[in-house]
Amino acid sequence: MTTRIVELRRGILKKNDELAALLRQRYAAGGVLVLNLVSSPGTGKTAFLERTLRDLKAGGARVAALVGDLETDNDARRLAASGAPVRQINTHGICHLDADMIDRHLTGWDGVELGDLDYLFIENVGNLVCPSSYDLGEAIRVALLSVTEGEDKPLKYPTLFNSADAAVITKMDIAEPCGFDRELALKNINEIRPGIRIFETSAKTGAGMDEWLAYLAEQQAARERS
Amino acid sequence: MARAPQGVKSPFMHELSIVSSVVESVTESLAAYPRARVVEVRLRVGALASVVVDSLEFCWGIAAEGTALEGSKLVVNMLPVVMHCAPCDADVELDGVQSFRCPRCGEPSMDLRQGREMDIDSIEIEEASENSEVKA
Repeated sequence: MTTRIVELRRGILKKNDELAALLRQRYAAGGVLVLNLVSSPGTGKTAFLERTLRDLKAGGARVAALVGDLETDNDARRLAASGAPVRQINTHGICHLDADMIDRHLTGWDGVELGDLDYLFIENVGNLVCPSSYDLGEAIRVALLSVTEGEDKPLKYPTLFNSADAAVITKMDIAEPCGFDRELALKNINEIRPGIRIFETSAKTGAGMDEWLAYLAEQQAARERS
Repeated sequence: MARAPQGVKSPFMHELSIVSSVVESVTESLAAYPRARVVEVRLRVGALASVVVDSLEFCWGIAAEGTALEGSKLVVNMLPVVMHCAPCDADVELDGVQSFRCPRCGEPSMDLRQGREMDIDSIEIEEASENSEVKA
């Protein structure tokens, strides 16, 4: 018997990363800005996305959404009320979306071609840990945090907040009764991801949505220039 | 892609799906070493990868069962976060993942040089020698 070491030196999620790179090329070729929304369950991703889809559509933008959940198509039905094409991805126990799931759901999506879209939103499975490891080829990863969750959430889940491109605080309309310490939340987000853009929003009142929509438009324009 | 076996609760789901990817990837590499038995699989995992080493080890046995990796040992080498500090013009190591400021000068930075790794570094294999195969 001989013993030896074989150097492999490769990413554990190499397959996902390679597929994500191909997806990124497809999004770019289609001229679509893709955003991956990640948060805990109950942060209000769906309500925030409903409002975003509705407001973007009202402004004439072409939008669509993929929504991930372990089970049920409740969120897809909620989001479809905006009039945007929406497709549900059920992961059946898997705690995150991966590039392969996105790839399979982009194929054969009746009436939706990437080239016909300005924005594609991917609502990830409610989870602050696992989605951070899986690249979906998105241009922008958005970490969401609600005022009911505790200001130290970014410190507890640094991997996700550190890998995010933008942060959204949701449910600002109930910040006061919740005793939300805004300054502390902003400080904690900045400690984990220095310089990140932070949006303070309420899907209910529409607060902060103008700034968020302006950011989306900026990012889409920057994508076109690149 | 890994599904949780019956009785494996969700806190381990993340690690189980990661080790399942490791098993799959190493198994593919073993095609080049048909007489090999895997003794050890060595990973390099950054502090920002948010995986729990104990859970990886716990899941390893489950993921490796019934594969060529059954009975092998998983060794996880954890890597601290290293960021580049522009004012200091140096790569500096961080103590944890609670603050992304230079420990020398306090300047925040997002120019990370290490800490997000999730890599298969190497495997240790045992191969039956040519002679023993001839005898058999």
